[in-house]
Amino acid sequence: MKKGVAVNLEDVWIRFGDFVAVREANVNINGGEFFSFLGPSGCGKTTILRAVSGFLEPSQGRVMIGGKDMVGFGPNKRPTALIFQNLALFPLMKVWENITFSLEVKGASKKDRRKRADELLEMIALSDQSEKLPSELSGGQKQRVAIARALCAQPDVLLLDEPLSALDLKLRQHMRTELREIQRRVGITFIYITHDQGEALTMSDSVAVMRAGIIDQVAEGQAIYDDPATAFVASFVGENNVMRGKIASLDGKQALIATNRTGELIARIASSAQGSMKVGDDAMMFVRPEALRIAKDTSEAKNRLSAKVRHEEFEGQSYNVFLDGDAGKELKMSLINVGQQRESAQGQNLTLEYSPDQAVVLPAGELASE
Amino acid sequence: MDIRKIFPDYYRRNGTGLGTFLLIAVFFWVVVLIILPQLSMLDFSFRHHLPPPEMGGPKDTYTIEHYKYLVFGAKGAGSAYNVVDLGVFVRTLVAAIFVTIVDLILCYPLAYYLGQTKGGGFTRVLVLLLIIPYWVNEILRAFAFRIIFGDSGLINEVLLNTGTIAQPIDFIRANIALYAGLSYAYILLMIFPIYNVIESLDRNQIEAARDMGAPWWRIHWRIVIPYAKPGISSGCTMVFMLSAGALAAPQILGGPSSLWFTQIIYQWFNSGGNWPRGAAFAIVLLVTCIIIVLSLMRAFKVKMGDIGK
Repeated sequence: MKKGVAVNLEDVWIRFGDFVAVREANVNINGGEFFSFLGPSGCGKTTILRAVSGFLEPSQGRVMIGGKDMVGFGPNKRPTALIFQNLALFPLMKVWENITFSLEVKGASKKDRRKRADELLEMIALSDQSEKLPSELSGGQKQRVAIARALCAQPDVLLLDEPLSALDLKLRQHMRTELREIQRRVGITFIYITHDQGEALTMSDSVAVMRAGIIDQVAEGQAIYDDPATAFVASFVGENNVMRGKIASLDGKQALIATNRTGELIARIASSAQGSMKVGDDAMMFVRPEALRIAKDTSEAKNRLSAKVRHEEFEGQSYNVFLDGDAGKELKMSLINVGQQRESAQGQNLTLEYSPDQAVVLPAGELASE
Repeated sequence: MDIRKIFPDYYRRNGTGLGTFLLIAVFFWVVVLIILPQLSMLDFSFRHHLPPPEMGGPKDTYTIEHYKYLVFGAKGAGSAYNVVDLGVFVRTLVAAIFVTIVDLILCYPLAYYLGQTKGGGFTRVLVLLLIIPYWVNEILRAFAFRIIFGDSGLINEVLLNTGTIAQPIDFIRANIALYAGLSYAYILLMIFPIYNVIESLDRNQIEAARDMGAPWWRIHWRIVIPYAKPGISSGCTMVFMLSAGALAAPQILGGPSSLWFTQIIYQWFNSGGNWPRGAAFAIVLLVTCIIIVLSLMRAFKVKMGDIGK
């Protein structure tokens, strides 16, 4: 097992003409870490990956792999291996030739290549497929061949560009577990690009959330979800109800915000915003659907709001109640299905409550588009 | 007999009107325009060379004398074989292969560049620049080459004036003008099939190979050329067949001492007035070319279906 190698981006800017694809990226990825870049399409995450793999040079700043500045090193000279979004298996080579192409490049004998191919095929449980062409494999099998091919070169860093996006849901979920398992086994650094928050949260040690070339937050999955650094992160990762308003008062780590319709509501100030928010600032309060519940006590309180039920949706493990929300937007509440009687009906007015710890206040900012 | 019963699927897909039109068109193309003329040439090649009144008479029997003539020459000639005609025949085939190789070497990089740079504007201008010269007719292009390669042509003038050479080089006698003219004449037929295939090659495959440490030559050897093989073989087949059968370029650009085999065929048909002999020679050329193409396809493991791509 190899020891993972750290990857550091130091003040990386990437420009295409006037367009800034990546601005001021500072990221430290520890050796052996499963690190994800998460963001909507066009946010610059693939550009960052190409800069790490050496297909393009940053306009400014440095890419360091294992403490070494990679400037001037082409993709064939870097200790990285890239798995492409469409996998890019060689269609005219057999599976075993595909897997050992990097050894062929190094001039390894056919016998050695066969041996290595057999080892890797065993790892991905495809030993009986070595003589097939990629077109004869299923989607999941191709996926595994692409992983084996990338690992064959024994890279220090494996780069994955949304490799699961072409698979169907069940297979995708299965491959998540498998990728994570492979990463633990080989112990090298994985850098994973995705627009799917589920993938990022389930597999990664750390996640960087990107928006329009800017990295908004780098943290563990749970911190991203529970303690978002910007309004964009709060609205992009997972579902969130947003309420706009102004800060009415500050009290240590909590704030009261005067929302446009529900009166004052209390919430925890996000770690990134602590100390920087003042009374009167434009703010947004985020509360997740699963943090809302129907209040038994309907008297007014700072953590209660009332809303009218629009419609309901049954999802199996939970049911969702959609209510009249802020600025015409729907407010969503998810209630776990534990066999209880439903307490809501269409058109009914409900009083909802939440624990102030589970709602966050952030400076007003750009939201992720739906 | 209802023809629709023979091809039920075909008619279901295309409908009666279009289906019948396509069948007639293909039949006309294949039978009337290709098979019948060639069969009549084949028939000619096995007949005696007779004056018109005797055609269809008792002397009009089948013979292989014209094929024998190509191999052994006229009776009572100096040597046992027809050295002159066979020599021209072999030289024509070798030269056609040479022209094909030159075109392949010139066109592969160009086709690769055109196919892989998706950068619209400039590529389109390049393609246009390749096509426009073909609006000029073949004779005019050949004569233009004659002028460029002539004793006092552009190339000799430049070389003389820069002092590179003292005497003008006779490009025509050395057949350089001919090879250049032929290579130029068929360059598009080589570029476009290769370009079409390479254009559909996923760029990620090239990047993946690069990422795995492959130098450029190995990327071409292992990824691009195998992928482009159908285009390459299609281009090579066309260039080879057409160069071996070219007439205008050898007529205009060929050196005084070097004949192209098609010129001999042309002489038999035209000035010789001996159609059966011309037909026999032409058939030998055709069959030989087909054999060469098929054996090369077998050697390079190209399937017949690939050529059509």
